Amino acid sequence: MQSLGNFKLPQFFNYPPYFTLQPVRETREKQIQLWKELILDYCRSQKIFIIGMEEEFPLFVNPVIDRSLSYESREQFLNVLVSEGRAEWMDKGRKKCLILWLRIQDWADCILNFVRENGLENSVMTVEEIRSGMESRGTELQGIDRGVLMRALRLLEQKGKVAIFKGSSADDEGVKFSA
Amino acid sequence: MNGRWLPAANLTASGRPMFLPGEIERALVSKVDLEVEENPGLAPLRAGLLSLTTHRLIWIEESSNSGYCIPLASLIRPYPPKKSIRSMFHSPRIHIQVKASASGRIAEEGPKSEMITLVLRDKCDPDGFHAKLVEVWRSRSWEVNQRRSDVERLDSREGGAGSGHGSNSSVISTPVVGVSGLLMKEQEKWESTDKSLQEAFQDLNALMGKAKEMVMLAEKMRAKLLSGSSAQVNTANDEELGSKQEIQDWFLSVGIVSPVTKESAGALYHQELSRQLADFVGRPLNEAGGMIALIEVYYLFNRARGTELISPDDLLQACALWEKIDVSVMLRRFDSGVMVIQDKVHSDKEVFERIKSMALKPEALRQGVSPTDAAMTLGIAPALAKEYLLAAENEGLLCRDVSPEGFRFYLNLFREIDPRCMYSVERSGLFRSWLSATAVAS
Repeated sequence: MQSLGNFKLPQFFNYPPYFTLQPVRETREKQIQLWKELILDYCRSQKIFIIGMEEEFPLFVNPVIDRSLSYESREQFLNVLVSEGRAEWMDKGRKKCLILWLRIQDWADCILNFVRENGLENSVMTVEEIRSGMESRGTELQGIDRGVLMRALRLLEQKGKVAIFKGSSADDEGVKFSA
Repeated sequence: MNGRWLPAANLTASGRPMFLPGEIERALVSKVDLEVEENPGLAPLRAGLLSLTTHRLIWIEESSNSGYCIPLASLIRPYPPKKSIRSMFHSPRIHIQVKASASGRIAEEGPKSEMITLVLRDKCDPDGFHAKLVEVWRSRSWEVNQRRSDVERLDSREGGAGSGHGSNSSVISTPVVGVSGLLMKEQEKWESTDKSLQEAFQDLNALMGKAKEMVMLAEKMRAKLLSGSSAQVNTANDEELGSKQEIQDWFLSVGIVSPVTKESAGALYHQELSRQLADFVGRPLNEAGGMIALIEVYYLFNRARGTELISPDDLLQACALWEKIDVSVMLRRFDSGVMVIQDKVHSDKEVFERIKSMALKPEALRQGVSPTDAAMTLGIAPALAKEYLLAAENEGLLCRDVSPEGFRFYLNLFREIDPRCMYSVERSGLFRSWLSATAVAS
């Protein structure tokens, strides 16, 4: 089976119509669904948070059958992800798309689990530590997009689960986990 | 039945009269009543279509698709429409005296006679119709045919077949004297030119008669060919089939003996053309698998009509009229604007089955199907093949692949894939066959 790096591609990746946006509604819905799942799976496995519309994205090209997705179809697939809350356009021009293979709420839960598993209740971590510290190594949190992490933390703050306090520079914002 | 006193006339499925060999339609009038005023025992026929042919007067009731005819051979005398004050308020009437059998049925030979009134209720030219009736009746073309069919009995029949106009051939034997003599001489000169002119035309008639024979011969051959090909279509090899197909194509052009023309049908032109077209397209439709492009029909139909060509607009109007009359074919317009003629009983399912089996071949699974491939496999025009493929796509049977190499169609596998287990190898039949086909290639 074909693979992209360490990501195994499904068999239908070599099916040429998969790369042409289908005009018939029923078929297109199925096609979009398959693309949606594939994009999320791929981004999750490769920890990709942002897809740039103007940059090459390996998933959207299949050199084996010499097919690639058109700009319109890429935009359409991402739009569907956006409408389902699994992605967000980062600018008005729709040049960059933030992929949320976990929703903000799920990320928040993920953080709480992380705190619980590592016994970090009542302790303080910097945001940077959460992203790349020893504790987060090997978890979903490793390499998390800073913007996504901040939004998850703010959500937790609203619920009173954490307290965010500013340090001297933007880089070292601190987080205190409550019990 | 009302018309039992008249012999029945066979009609085609779409309500056009079935013509006898050599019979040609000359005029058509709608809303005609046939009445027998002197014999109330014979119920009148009301508001039918009257077709004057070289052999018969055919009365057609459109609602019940039934027809009756008066053979012109039984006609004793047609009377011109009466000119009177009364006729200004009444529909024009033409009286014809016809022979009848002792039991009162209209027949070619019979001891009795009946006076039948043709009441022309629609706006038309009664004098013109009467003139045509007289002309056709005098030319006695039904006898020409009878003569051909049984030559032995010819001598027992009266002469003068075909040519007619016996009154013009009287010999002038008056002595040439004085002014009247000079006048007579002038007259004679006139008549001799007239005569030679007529002889010239008679030659033309003879030529046309020969042409008719050729048409009959061709038709006979075609009939033989058709019956032959259907009987041994399975055993014949491809080459033989090809040459047969070719000859068949040649003979297709002799399809219509009496084309509906604007001259003969007048205001009823499009309606009658529509019926004739419905009869005509039956066979080409069968050969094309139930659907045929309008442009192809235009070409076939005009080739079959020979010289009486119709315009594309007339064809379209004739097709549009099918909605109103009960025929077995219909005009279909695809989303792309391509128009085809389709058999009403013909179902897309059958074609989709063929497309599916075509798309299931390993080659098609690997490379897809282009409209050109489909046209070759299905034996139809590429434009039409593309419409079929698009229709199959619409049904979810196929899906498209647009690439720099072109526009191709693949079997729709999207339906086979479960998004919840995209990566599993085990899959249903269609997907497996696609996998194995592509595996061979790589």
